Amino acid sequence: TMAFTKASKDQKYDRQLRLWGDHGQEELENAHVCLINSTASGTEILKNLVLPGIGAFTIVDGHKVSGEDVGNNFFLSNNSIGRSPEKLLDNDPEFFHRFTLVIGVQLPESTCLRLGSVLWNANIPFLVCRTYGLVGYMRLVVKEHTVIESHPDNALEDLRLDQPFAELKNHIQSYDLEGMGKKDHSHTPWIIIVAKYLEKWFSTFYKKEAFKQLIRQGILKSEKGTPEDEENFEEAIKNVNTALNPTKISSGVDDIFNGEQCNDITSQTPTFWVMTRAVREFVHNDGGGNLPVRGSIPDMIADSEKFITLQNIYREKAMQDASVVSKHVESLLQSVGKVCETLFCSKNAAFLRVVRCRSLAEEYSVETVNKDAITSCMDSADGEMVLYLMLRSVDRFYQQHSRYPGVYNYQVEEDISKLKLCVNSLLQEYSLNVNVKDDYIHEFCRYGASEPHTVASFLGGSAAQEAIKIITRQFVPFNNTFIYNAMSQTTATFQL
Amino acid sequence: MADTDEPEKKRRRVVELTEKMVVDGGSRDGGEWDGRWNHINTFLERPGPFTHPDFEPSTESLQFLLDTCKILVIGAGGLGCELLKDLALSGFRHIHVVDMDTIDVSNLNRQFLFRLKDVGRPKADIAADFINGRIPGCNVVPHFKKIQDFDESFYRQFHIIVCGLDSIIARRWMNGMLLSLLVYEDGVLDPSSIIPLIDGGTEGFKGNARVIFPGMTACIDCTLELYPPQINFPMCTIASMPRLPEHCVEYVRMLLWPKEKPFGDGVGLDADDPEHIQWVYQKSQERAAEFSITGVTYRLTQGVVKRIIPAVASTNAVIAAACATEVFKIASSAYIPLNNYMVFNDVDGLYTYTFEAERKENCSSCSQVPQDLHFSPSAKLQEVVDYLTENASLQMKSPAITATLEGKNKTLYLQTVASIEQRTRPNLSKSLKELGLLDGQELAVADVTTPQTLLFKLSFTS
Repeated sequence: TMAFTKASKDQKYDRQLRLWGDHGQEELENAHVCLINSTASGTEILKNLVLPGIGAFTIVDGHKVSGEDVGNNFFLSNNSIGRSPEKLLDNDPEFFHRFTLVIGVQLPESTCLRLGSVLWNANIPFLVCRTYGLVGYMRLVVKEHTVIESHPDNALEDLRLDQPFAELKNHIQSYDLEGMGKKDHSHTPWIIIVAKYLEKWFSTFYKKEAFKQLIRQGILKSEKGTPEDEENFEEAIKNVNTALNPTKISSGVDDIFNGEQCNDITSQTPTFWVMTRAVREFVHNDGGGNLPVRGSIPDMIADSEKFITLQNIYREKAMQDASVVSKHVESLLQSVGKVCETLFCSKNAAFLRVVRCRSLAEEYSVETVNKDAITSCMDSADGEMVLYLMLRSVDRFYQQHSRYPGVYNYQVEEDISKLKLCVNSLLQEYSLNVNVKDDYIHEFCRYGASEPHTVASFLGGSAAQEAIKIITRQFVPFNNTFIYNAMSQTTATFQL
Repeated sequence: MADTDEPEKKRRRVVELTEKMVVDGGSRDGGEWDGRWNHINTFLERPGPFTHPDFEPSTESLQFLLDTCKILVIGAGGLGCELLKDLALSGFRHIHVVDMDTIDVSNLNRQFLFRLKDVGRPKADIAADFINGRIPGCNVVPHFKKIQDFDESFYRQFHIIVCGLDSIIARRWMNGMLLSLLVYEDGVLDPSSIIPLIDGGTEGFKGNARVIFPGMTACIDCTLELYPPQINFPMCTIASMPRLPEHCVEYVRMLLWPKEKPFGDGVGLDADDPEHIQWVYQKSQERAAEFSITGVTYRLTQGVVKRIIPAVASTNAVIAAACATEVFKIASSAYIPLNNYMVFNDVDGLYTYTFEAERKENCSSCSQVPQDLHFSPSAKLQEVVDYLTENASLQMKSPAITATLEGKNKTLYLQTVASIEQRTRPNLSKSLKELGLLDGQELAVADVTTPQTLLFKLSFTS
């Protein structure tokens, strides 16, 4: 029965629902992913999408299974449609338009660029992955990916102690620290304590240490004159460092507010931009230059009543602000003839993110190649950038010789000089004044385009999670090139 | 009628298809086929500029991996399943796996060697069966046991040990076991007694992988401060001043259940019993309502009672793969191993940080430097116990202390056996002087965090 399936799905997916919630899970289950090439890397990526419940997948792969494929691949291809991606690009490029996301694995450069162009024009996210010897590579190609729920680690609280809103001010005033009994004094939330002492503090230059001392003097003393054990005061002192940070909008969010899409709202504008514009309206018209109040406070030593009352002050203000934002959303949508369907929630306003990746065409074109990034990263000659240049070079080799270098033992030595020519022509074409050590050229011949399982599996986990981020619109995807070096167990991300 | 049949028909069809999709890997007789190990041989047969100084390309190295090398995998869960697959596809055939758990439905979102029909069965057994059936020639030997059920003679047989554990205590125990295997001759470590330990851990979108050469590199206890002790809520908060939904759940679990004994006398809270959780959930809601606290849900209740850590397939795949790569490097000498700790986090993009964790000069486990305990002779034994449990570098769980007094071995305090706990409990409130302990006295301390007894030297302060 249906009830059985829902409950058992909740059980099965419990551990991941705690990360992306039921709404994130729904996005996953409505997605249809296309995997091109079911090599070890490809099937590992797919496994890590099937396990969390991806709705549907299609595999495009024109290759026949060989002995070495079965050696590094945990799966045999079952759902492959048996046509090659090149044939599809020739005959039916719109085939790819039905997918939420396309993942291309071990693609030759020409196929990659052709597919990249089709997907860019159709606005479909494209994730390029490859395992080459002990090197893993990912490239995300998406024009614009917006994230409301970025779930930042370690975000600062939004307490408004530097500019308390009216309800908070009134609430703070209702406390009389000097006139309180001992029990109440020791169970007053530290936010109130800091706020009270801020009122006494007239200096505009906060010397945090002196301020902390002032608070410490407020700790009750016993008859003998020794300070009592008031943990809430210790908490206040400890939190002075962050509690006095001025309330302001981060530059990241500011940039998003200044984005083009924020200005021209039409009936085609995605929800994210309507919401963002509405928040911006709030900031300028209702918030006095500030975002809607987030509404959450950290736990702190306090009795239940004082804590809950304080928490509700923040929560109610957040809800009020959110409903003002929602009114802006409504009127924006009305002005373009649409109806509002989603409610706005304040807690994410400070954490909006937008990821824009350059196209493959931009990365590969001589006019727009990111020379600065490549050259400056090559200052550390043994970093991950040299691996990127080597991958580009072996692609060049493939174009010229219709094979990768060093596949057979006897080829390794002779291919080194051929590969070196490719490296040099690459550097010359892009006017890159960098030095690629011979050791790397030798190493990449040695790899023989092998796809060892453990490297494929590392990539499989990495790529699957990036795919999940794109599909659920939660957490933030990388931008835009990721390199994994299994020799040193190091990674790097470049924006190319 | 047709409408209500549809979901059921669909469900049956999915079950049918799933069963048919099991890949037939068993028809081959375990023999090799052409090209099977091509992806591995590249690294074993060819010289290269970045190989380990000890590396010698050879066509025989593969045989060592296939026929001789013995690997032990600890844990057959999120990391363990991935590890077994990775090792089997990297040429390792003699693999043992230890896991004391049985399969739960909530494992199925990531522990891919298990199916719904396997729920309730031992993880080690099912994992071994799956791998052996899928990878011809691979021989995974399962052990449905705790790591503490084995002694040195078991662990000594392995070339490399790789852990996919979810418990710091278990890690520390393994660490201690491998340290106890080290042989010193005239103060010099015999390298053949070293068994490398690769350790992986994950939590949500974070993970880490590290390589330990016992006796040579930083051990688990050298970096114990990297694992801060789990903070429990203060009792007064739980008992009289709850503020968060979690406080309400802990109240029911710790205070209300023992008082109301809802399922009978002596029936403890079974976190895996949905009826028990339902009771806790309802009572937690009542408690929350009393204090106007919102946010108690069934999911939150379960999470608090079972101390659930969120988990996904992807993080486990990444960390296990990194660990398996290290196993391969060490077994084949193909590359210099990770030196020695990698941290991974893919909440915002993908972030890794690789560094060399340093050995602690006076590490309680691997430094062979006797640990000093500084106490006044009038200090109570309880203070010593508190120090052993609270000190960040020791973090013992329930230390048992013995000393040699008047030529006889005397147990000063032991918590884990009820009768002995009762008998020795009065010692806790006695002073060290009263107990007859002398300055410079050696105290032997045993604890679940280590298979070996640790020796401490009592040093009296004035």
